[in-house]
Amino acid sequence: MELLKIAFCRNLFKFLCFCRGLHSGVVVSTFALQLENPWFTSRLSRDLSAWSLHVLPVHAWVFSRVLRLPPTVQKYAEMAAPLTLLLVLAVTIRAALFRSSLAELIAERVEVVSPITAWKRVVEGLALLDLGVSPYSGDVFHETPLIIYLFHFVVDYAEITFMLADVITAVALYMAVKDYNKQVFRKQKFALEADRYPLDCLELIRSPKEMYYIPLKVAMFYLLNPFTILSCVAKSTCGLNNAVVALFIFSTIKGNTLLSAIFLCLATYQSIYPLTLCAPAMLYLMQRQYIPVNFRRASFWWFIAQYLFMYLGSLFVLICLSFFLLGSWDYMPSVYGFILSVPDLTPNIGLFWYFFAEMFEHFRLFFLCVFQINVFFYTIPLSVKLKEHPVFLIFMQLAVISIFKSYPTVGDIALYMAFLPVWSHLYRFLRNTFLVSCVLLACSTLFPVLWHLWIYAGSANSNFYYAITLLFNVAQILLVSDYFYAFLRREHHLTYGLYLKRKDGSEATLVLK
Amino acid sequence: MAAHRCCFPVWLFILCSFSLFIIAGSQETTVAPEQHASVLDNPQTAAETAEQTAGESGGVEERRWEGTEVRDAAAQKQAEPAVLQPTPQPKDDFQEELVVRPLHSGDIYASFQFRTLWETDFMRGNKVSHYRLFPKSLGQVISKFSVRELHISFTQGYWRTMQWGQPYLPSPPGAELWVWFQDSVTDVDATWKELTNVLSGIFCASLNFIDSTNTVQPSASFKPLGIGNVTDHRFLRYATLPREIVCTENLTPWKKLLPCGSKAGLAVLLKSEKLFHSSFHSQAVHIRPVCQDWQCKTTSWELRQTLNVVFDLHNSGQGKREWSLFKMFSRTLTEACPLASSSKIYIDITDNPEGEQFELSPATSLLSQAMVLGDRRTFSVYDLTQQDTFGSVRSLNLLIRWKSTEGDMLRPLLHAERYVAGYGLQTGEIHTLMYNHHPYRSFPVLLLDSVPWYLRLYIHTLTVTSKGKDNKPSYIHYQPSKDRVRPHLLEMLVQLPPNSVTEVTVQFERALLKWTEYTPDPNHGFYVGSSVISSLVPSTVAMDTNSTRERPLFSSFFPCKEESSYFVRVYTEPLLVNLPTPDFSMPYNVICLTCTVVAVGYGSLYNLLTRSFQIEEPSPGLAKRIANVIRKMRGVPPL
Repeated sequence: MELLKIAFCRNLFKFLCFCRGLHSGVVVSTFALQLENPWFTSRLSRDLSAWSLHVLPVHAWVFSRVLRLPPTVQKYAEMAAPLTLLLVLAVTIRAALFRSSLAELIAERVEVVSPITAWKRVVEGLALLDLGVSPYSGDVFHETPLIIYLFHFVVDYAEITFMLADVITAVALYMAVKDYNKQVFRKQKFALEADRYPLDCLELIRSPKEMYYIPLKVAMFYLLNPFTILSCVAKSTCGLNNAVVALFIFSTIKGNTLLSAIFLCLATYQSIYPLTLCAPAMLYLMQRQYIPVNFRRASFWWFIAQYLFMYLGSLFVLICLSFFLLGSWDYMPSVYGFILSVPDLTPNIGLFWYFFAEMFEHFRLFFLCVFQINVFFYTIPLSVKLKEHPVFLIFMQLAVISIFKSYPTVGDIALYMAFLPVWSHLYRFLRNTFLVSCVLLACSTLFPVLWHLWIYAGSANSNFYYAITLLFNVAQILLVSDYFYAFLRREHHLTYGLYLKRKDGSEATLVLK
Repeated sequence: MAAHRCCFPVWLFILCSFSLFIIAGSQETTVAPEQHASVLDNPQTAAETAEQTAGESGGVEERRWEGTEVRDAAAQKQAEPAVLQPTPQPKDDFQEELVVRPLHSGDIYASFQFRTLWETDFMRGNKVSHYRLFPKSLGQVISKFSVRELHISFTQGYWRTMQWGQPYLPSPPGAELWVWFQDSVTDVDATWKELTNVLSGIFCASLNFIDSTNTVQPSASFKPLGIGNVTDHRFLRYATLPREIVCTENLTPWKKLLPCGSKAGLAVLLKSEKLFHSSFHSQAVHIRPVCQDWQCKTTSWELRQTLNVVFDLHNSGQGKREWSLFKMFSRTLTEACPLASSSKIYIDITDNPEGEQFELSPATSLLSQAMVLGDRRTFSVYDLTQQDTFGSVRSLNLLIRWKSTEGDMLRPLLHAERYVAGYGLQTGEIHTLMYNHHPYRSFPVLLLDSVPWYLRLYIHTLTVTSKGKDNKPSYIHYQPSKDRVRPHLLEMLVQLPPNSVTEVTVQFERALLKWTEYTPDPNHGFYVGSSVISSLVPSTVAMDTNSTRERPLFSSFFPCKEESSYFVRVYTEPLLVNLPTPDFSMPYNVICLTCTVVAVGYGSLYNLLTRSFQIEEPSPGLAKRIANVIRKMRGVPPL
């Protein structure tokens, strides 16, 4: 099998047709390395494809040099120093926790692991496979076949894998945000040169100085967030999903349509909900390629068709690949049916478990549909409202998913919280930061306390824990809607000026009407 | 009118058969409706069939004599007169038997066995409708559901193996049902569902609670006990209801299946107020096809009804260690069941050869030996078909008076126990301990665990250790559970080293159920059925491998394939596991509160999505607004 090196071409259609006939392996985690170092690519891919030959019974894609990399390595090294320090620190913390007795305790916490992402269940799936039983014949294992396949080989290096996943997420977010900030700055410059901003809005203009540390802060927010650390130490596969989503964001912001579609497809395949990220990705890529969002334009529809074709094509390939890995479709109901129909009511930080434990039987299906549609529903109005700001739309979508999904864990929250530094210029418009942060902190500490009272001490009941999940979710909703409000308000001010006046000349207050 | 027309041939047939059966000395002759029809069609053939039947009965009678002689040889210590009338045997046969074993703990173990053998074929095309000794209700069940073997037991209390030794017929606490279906059954699950509902009606028990969530198909633990070497476990269904309470209402239908009911024979002793005032009570029905002769040329259906009871007389008997039939059952025996071909009481006197442990009265000179549970036991036998057994008072009241309280029981070679470890309502660990008390022999055991789905087992945490070392099972069959559909099934073959304890542990996670899935007393906990341990235990004496030889009923239940070992089934305790519970009182509150949170999310996003920022203008006063409305109506520009 020879490795194919294909220069990235604009015409992705041709590319797809060409690649279809190729036999190669795909390894998700190598992309980050490729991004870091262009020379690595060829050697690593060769090794990997040799490896994939032995282990992958089916054919998949390889993408050797799809990304265009920044010009100078020198510049990179300069900026990467604090990042490297951060990575070392994060890995040290994780490694220390892995070695401590806390690791087992954390791995049992319902806030950190859900029935879908629990490491115990991954191990159980592998054990079932060893016994010659299909992991999907039971109701313990709900990971996708690719996860089994991955851990079939790296189960002994699971800790390293999860730390690596976190590192990849952080690096991908770092670079994505860096690129995004550059674009924001460029746009702002154009707007300033075109005198599009009102004069009193200079306070709102962002300076390169304050934007300089934002990528690092994003990486720090992700890596040093206690939620992420807990999730990693519990070996929750949520970390892997986050890595895939981060890579998706990175490739989207870099403007790589194919990789964006492929990572989005991987994320969708892992847990259905990232499907809604399709809209911001398309909006962003169209914006980048100067395709107007206009239903009457052929170029608009052509781009949508292209993207969907790539997305659905790779989804098809993934699904078929999973079918061939185990030779059955059992994983479909066991993974996606499980996510959508919520049969496992193990407590978690979400809204589903107690609601459906207490639900009247004949209303169950109705509310199930309502709650699931609720997750996907916000995509359309948000895309319409935020069509000029797809990256903020991605943030909103991630937050909505992590609040309203059926089995949320703290790892999901950590992903959207990593974006908060990107919106640091909105702080002046936030209304209830103090309240929200207090509630989030208090709830995070109360989760284990009330869990202990209910499950171990027996002095509280399920309502206590449920009340805390409710409060936690209200706080998240407030946080997200506050950011949304602040973002809209800043946009309003950028158009109409910061110090608005009433008709009679007195100072005006803005209201939503 | 039709009845009138068929009257004559029917009478002819009845006369015909009656003359034949007078020779046979049969007790009753009834003619079923189907035979009416056949007689109507061809009376000639019917008469021939009747003749043929009589001839066959003669043949069976010949063989039975041989069997009886062998039995007599076994009990040859005393010259047994055995004056049996040379009666030609009908195709069915009924035997009853009571075994009493004084236990070393001071308790008394009484085991009733009633066996009905019927040489018929339920499965052939012709419908069986002529029932004599065999209960019709069960016969119809067998033919309707194509049952090959049916074993059902209802047990109250737990059999204490370490104090009482092995029971003759083991059974788990609660209800247990296992059925082998004929391989002609196409939809086994539907048949099983229907069968459990029918049996639920027959035995007045909650067997209708058996559904797919507590039914398993064991691959190795439950082999057919009758003839037939079907091993395709697709036709096997096994279910237990560990919570089932056994009571009088289960005993009454069980007694009705007996040919004599509770009117005569040993069954008169079965008075519920005494039977259920005991430490252990177990009643069972076993139906299986068995060989009639050594070469297995003819097969017959065996219905075995057993009732085992352990009375705690030592503690409740006013300090005196003595018991009698009257004390135990508040009845004495006056006659055997007239329909029974054999009716005997066995008293286990193996540990009392010289009468130093207890004194038995009235004394009997009849002794018998039997290989049972890997040991040669000696029994005093009371044959109820003999009039002199009842003596001059015309009633038999066996009495045992203990002389000494010492005595060692032979430790059972195989023994098991089980418990749940861990604290809290999140996780736990099931520990199963299996003891091999054999001093130098190791033997393999099959362990079967059926765990409900709401305890999610993690098979990767399974450990098997004996003597501190890892003991890898040579065979594991594991079927993971499906939520609300089927339970976990874990079967494994473990070699127990001599004189050791083998510990099997597996971790589980407790599920939170929907509020409607809890029992009415959710904080009582949920029962997990007993583990079943089946084993061939090395025997100290050579076992009897001839299955057709006449033996006491209690020693002939499990077929014995080889002389050096015997089959034992041990049930562990059922488990009672607590699950986390939701608050049952507030479904409305939860629905309202959760929906509120979703609405807060929806509402705040909706607000931001649909509204736009505007400058707040001070709203005009009320008077001005009213004036504006009026001005608008007048068509004048507002103020």
